[in-house]
Amino acid sequence: MSCPIESFARAGVTVEGSQRGTVILEMRGITKEFPGVRALDDVSFSVRRGSIHALCGENGAGKSTLMKVLSGVWPHGTYSGDIVFEEQTCRFATIRDSEAAGIAIIHQELALIPELSIAENIFLGNEIRQGLGIDWTETRRRAAMLLAEVGLDNDPDTPVKEIGVGKQQLVEIAKALSKNVKLLILDEPTSALNEEESAHLLDLMRKQRERGISQIMISHKLGEIAEIADDITVIRDGRTIETMHVTDHDVDEDRIIRLMVGRPLDNRFPERHPKIGDVLFEVRDWTVRHPVNTERLICKGSNIQVRSGEVVGLAGLMGAGRTELARSVFGHSYGIYERGEVLVGGRRVSTDSVPKAIAAGLAYLPEDRKTQGLNLLDDIKGQVVSAKLKKACQGGISIDWHHVRTIAQQYRQDMRIKAPSVDTPVASLSGGNMQKVVLAKWIYSDPLVLILDEPTRGIDVGAKYEIYQLIGQLAAEGMAVVVISSELPELLGITDRIYTIFEGAVTGCLPTDQADQESLMRLINPTSSRPATV
Amino acid sequence: MSEQFKQLIGGNIRQLAMVAVLIAEIILFQILTGGTVLSPQNLQNVISGNAYVLILAMGMVLVIIAGHIDLSVGSVAAVVGIVLAVLTTSMGLPWWVGVLGGLLVGVLIGLWHGFWVAIVGVPAFVVTLAGMLSFRGLNQYIGKSNSIPVPEEVRTLGAGYMNFLPPIETGNWIINSPTMLLAALGAAAVVVLKLRSRAKLVAAGASVPKAWVMWVQIVFASALLIGLGWVFATGRPGTSFPIPGLIVIVLFLCYNFLARNTPLGRGVYAVGGNRTAAALTGISVRKVNFFVMFNSSVLAAIAGMVFVGRSTASTPFDGNSWELDAIASVFIGGASVWGGIGTVGGTMVGALVMAFLNNGLQLLGAGADWTQMIKGLVLLLAVAFDVLSKVQGRPSIIGLLWKPKPKPEAEQATKEA
Repeated sequence: MSCPIESFARAGVTVEGSQRGTVILEMRGITKEFPGVRALDDVSFSVRRGSIHALCGENGAGKSTLMKVLSGVWPHGTYSGDIVFEEQTCRFATIRDSEAAGIAIIHQELALIPELSIAENIFLGNEIRQGLGIDWTETRRRAAMLLAEVGLDNDPDTPVKEIGVGKQQLVEIAKALSKNVKLLILDEPTSALNEEESAHLLDLMRKQRERGISQIMISHKLGEIAEIADDITVIRDGRTIETMHVTDHDVDEDRIIRLMVGRPLDNRFPERHPKIGDVLFEVRDWTVRHPVNTERLICKGSNIQVRSGEVVGLAGLMGAGRTELARSVFGHSYGIYERGEVLVGGRRVSTDSVPKAIAAGLAYLPEDRKTQGLNLLDDIKGQVVSAKLKKACQGGISIDWHHVRTIAQQYRQDMRIKAPSVDTPVASLSGGNMQKVVLAKWIYSDPLVLILDEPTRGIDVGAKYEIYQLIGQLAAEGMAVVVISSELPELLGITDRIYTIFEGAVTGCLPTDQADQESLMRLINPTSSRPATV
Repeated sequence: MSEQFKQLIGGNIRQLAMVAVLIAEIILFQILTGGTVLSPQNLQNVISGNAYVLILAMGMVLVIIAGHIDLSVGSVAAVVGIVLAVLTTSMGLPWWVGVLGGLLVGVLIGLWHGFWVAIVGVPAFVVTLAGMLSFRGLNQYIGKSNSIPVPEEVRTLGAGYMNFLPPIETGNWIINSPTMLLAALGAAAVVVLKLRSRAKLVAAGASVPKAWVMWVQIVFASALLIGLGWVFATGRPGTSFPIPGLIVIVLFLCYNFLARNTPLGRGVYAVGGNRTAAALTGISVRKVNFFVMFNSSVLAAIAGMVFVGRSTASTPFDGNSWELDAIASVFIGGASVWGGIGTVGGTMVGALVMAFLNNGLQLLGAGADWTQMIKGLVLLLAVAFDVLSKVQGRPSIIGLLWKPKPKPEAEQATKEA
């Protein structure tokens, strides 16, 4: 095959000033229908050469479908409308065709093979050959060059499973760069990254823009979009609503949200009038070792108190030990317990197994609803009662499905879970509705303490607001609520108090009305010299 | 109209497809054999001759739903069979001591498998492959590779008839009364359960199908039960619905209830569907894994005893490749190879599809060569049908035949929407 790096480098530096700003991609009148649904309705959209174009819209608005049309996942003929890329009308039949034209897409769910090395992953399906075999020396050399390009200092032979999600994202970009990409599509690139990794990724995107690579970014994070995008297109209900040009990072976030949801949203966070009672949940001197690297402590004598009716945030970088703390408290389901105690309502409780933790009144909504929160083969009613099946039993033996149906129906109404019925498989729900089902499941278990790990990750603005409302309601009913979130504005918007965690240790505790992003950043990353911009 | 038809047959078309296949198959062979298939004697044969597969499959489906596999059931059944024969015939102990001894062996092997799979964490494929080899050897060691007969009472378990009430004699008919009693009880149960379920739905404020729909269902189900009862009851005098069939029905009711209505059963689905989520929901993955492996061996023990009862002796070759029959039944019955999906009822239908296929081909005089080829093909087609019908939004299989160009985008269409 041709030398991807060299040609890439050439392509990178040859963008003339005069070419910048011309249109590289134009999609005209794209309409795509699925049985019973018009997913895209006459969408038109164009990307300027060497720009970063943000695509905004709620989940289900049609962003991903549009990108699938562009990248050839939906082949030519299955949609109507034209794609003009580099002044050529394109009729992609497969993803390979679009790749050959210079369009690469990085999906939200990373498509790397965990067991293979970084170098193998980068050149997977595109191997550098030497006769019949693979030229491993050259593969490693080029992989190393690409890694340097994306700012990753790992050995190309490292298996992908050993590096974090943030670095995996960079490997994906390296993989795209190896294919001589002209237009890079990033679908929610920072949704799984912490602040620092996100900042690095955005830097990398700027660098690629300098090199003349055009980029389309799908994102929910308006802060990021404001920071980096040159143009913003808002899509709603399968239609393009508006495209705006950004000058000097001046983005009216409220306006974008309004365009996205199609109705005015006065406040991104619901108002609360907290009624805070006595200490309901307390963790003392909680110390846990890493499950594999047993020398390492992932929780270092953490102390946390949450009062009844209070919403408490846990802030920290990814890997700081927030999830680890929550999961080890919830049934010792992560790490090796060393010492520490849990008190609920002032009494010491044992939480050394998940059933015991549930019996003690704890509930934990995991960070990944699809792999940890739900059985995707089940339906809504089955999942709603799954955390406390005994409660759904007649005489303790037989599950009363009529009763279950009534209960699930109630939750569906109260929480506004958008689904045709309670028999709907949870796999067919959107992210926000799935999260509501997980929340319903824990509410059904009658918890006193509710620990929510990234409750709004990957959820659109409207559903986020509803989840915040639910959190407020539950606290108002007297629960002690703990919210783990990587988005500081969210923590500042919905909590009463915030604990900061750095490398397994609690570094501070601030009442929310006295905290701001800067003071929190200093506490969650004491080693960082500059206060990160968010 | 189609909506009412859907309500009439129960709504879940995909699950009922296999029932339709079973009925079509029986009708086909009934015609080809000139009416032999549905004769009392043949039906009794099919039930007695396949009871062991039906029993094994009930254990196997839970194992497969939980995401495992059990290759050892044939060998376990063989060990239990030989233990039963040695205890009774060689050592002269009463038959019930033999049966309890056989059950005990099943329990011990179940604990053994459960220990390795659930506690140690060895994959069930490996544990039960090891069991398949070891227990085959154990059977030959205990029986010294001989055939040993079993006593009369055990034979009754495997192929006996119910004659605890005197038959009804009217004119030319000699009717087995226990069978008719059983059928009547079954019909009564259908009526009671249907009415109760409807009352509860109404009380809960849910929408229910029209009353006539329910009554048609009730009449149809009752007529089927009474009709089948009549066929079994009016066979050769002294015969009835076979006792092994009764064992199957009792076990089926228990396991169907377990799978659908108990927290343990739901746990099996939860673990097979998403192990991590199950663990974080408070379901003991270890307990579920232990249970399914343990249970499969206990059911294999029962199957082994029923089988030697019918074949009248335990031999070193009993149980060869039974695991494959059981696994095939489970998959034909709609279970997923990846776990999390499957039903006990579907599995029973799957086992019966295979049983009648065997039987029909035998009656037609097909050799073992043809029978095996056709059985393999049926397994493949059944699962392919399942795979295709699970991909929603795609044109139906019949639609596929009509359409010259299947459109590839339909595959992910509903995921998007």
